[in-house]
Amino acid sequence: MNTMNHQWQRFTLKQKLSRYAVYLVLIMAMVQSIQSVEVIPEFFFDAPEQMADMFSRMWPIDFAYYPVTVHDAMIETLNIATLGTLVTLIFALPLALMNASNIVASPWVHWIARFFLVSSRSVNSLVWALLFVSIFGPGVIAGVLAIAFRSVGFVGKLLGEAIEEVNMGPIEALRATGASWMSVLLKGYWPQILPAFFSIVLFRWDINVRESAVLGLVGAGGIGVVLSDSMNLFEWQRVAVALLSIFAVVIVAEIIVVNIRKRLI
Amino acid sequence: MSSTHAAVDRSNFLEIKGLQKEYVPGNPILKGIDINISEPGIVAIIGPSGTGKSTLLRCINRLIDPTAGAILFDNADLSQAKGGELRKLRRQVGMVFQEYNLVERLTVIENVLTGRLGYMSAWQAWRRKFSQEDINGAFELLEAVGLSEHANKRADSLSGGQRQRVGIARAVMQNPRVLLADEPTSSLDPKTAVEIMELLERFSEEKNIPALVNIHDVKLASRFAKRMIGMSNGVVVYDGSPEGITDEHLKQIYGGESWLD
Repeated sequence: MNTMNHQWQRFTLKQKLSRYAVYLVLIMAMVQSIQSVEVIPEFFFDAPEQMADMFSRMWPIDFAYYPVTVHDAMIETLNIATLGTLVTLIFALPLALMNASNIVASPWVHWIARFFLVSSRSVNSLVWALLFVSIFGPGVIAGVLAIAFRSVGFVGKLLGEAIEEVNMGPIEALRATGASWMSVLLKGYWPQILPAFFSIVLFRWDINVRESAVLGLVGAGGIGVVLSDSMNLFEWQRVAVALLSIFAVVIVAEIIVVNIRKRLI
Repeated sequence: MSSTHAAVDRSNFLEIKGLQKEYVPGNPILKGIDINISEPGIVAIIGPSGTGKSTLLRCINRLIDPTAGAILFDNADLSQAKGGELRKLRRQVGMVFQEYNLVERLTVIENVLTGRLGYMSAWQAWRRKFSQEDINGAFELLEAVGLSEHANKRADSLSGGQRQRVGIARAVMQNPRVLLADEPTSSLDPKTAVEIMELLERFSEEKNIPALVNIHDVKLASRFAKRMIGMSNGVVVYDGSPEGITDEHLKQIYGGESWLD
């Protein structure tokens, strides 16, 4: 009997070489980045002291400041986030439908939808805000539109994917009853994407609450304005109140979203 | 069902002439089917998998577009219909599916009511403005299929046999002039399968309409069918009474003989 020795290797030589090449490039990129960032050692090692100093200046937290300014600004922030999310839907729903291959077959329509969705996502909401502040002036409208324009890409893309994952059996059955296109959409697609729809929209709202807190930094209304004013005036005890209320609102938003979602599925 | 949904009496229900379908050009799956359905009752279509039984049924209500041939139904050629005209013809053809194809997140009663979608606008459908007559009809049908107490449960909480009953109720809800059933019993146990066939037989008699049923089980088919159509390789090889079908025919339809006892 002649026993054969089987040769087995996880990767071929070519694969091994290309893997090592990737590692090498990664290391070089890392070295290059550290060099170009030009970390100043004094400032870097100084950081813990500076941080401790900042926190000590935040203490005691100026809770009396909350009813004066922070409360109204916080409500404004929530309004911006909510309104922005609602405006998002006006644009995101048609784009999601256009982007789903099991609804529209034309590749041209897909490309148009994808163009808008990608443009929306490729610009950060802070940049959208800067743009809208320069058009509409500082204030809530700029904030709402910034939130909406950034969210369209997110909601539209995820919703389009949810539509594509729909079970086509019931859709076929409804078409067989002679239902119109719109009726099939309402009675076949909609019930199936409903849980995904609400998770996506609620998740985006949750993100938008946090984002709109930052938008004030560029003058687009909300708690960010208070935060930026207090920082500029070195009123750290007031900064602490603003930060704490943002934190509290995000936690509450999270609890609300989780509970709503539980009921919907 | 109420009196306005009275059964229709027609001498000629459905006529299929020279029906061909090619998914890949030059590779036809249906090679010229001629079937004339002139009597109510169950017409069982038997044949091996992949022989075009499903394609045939789906061509009739145009879930699949035929390549050539005519489907004459209600004084119109279904194979040429488009848009609104197609939808009007479709709503007179009730279809029952192998995997039931219910909208699982809707309640049982709403699934039955979706059978009326072809008769209403999307605006009405959205606001759930089903007519009182339709709502009564849906509850009567649920009672007829023995699911009255499940009306407000979600469709995904039902068993397979129960779901298929809902599927049949939805198809009958269309007040169809012909029923199509694509392997309605293949996902079910033998007892439930018989019950489903009994339901199809009952509705086809009550409404005096034909029911074209694709089916694997030859015994079950011959028990209920008034007429059997045997298909093999995209052509009809037997068309006649269930009594007239012989082992010789079955060999020709399915090939081989080891499975015959």
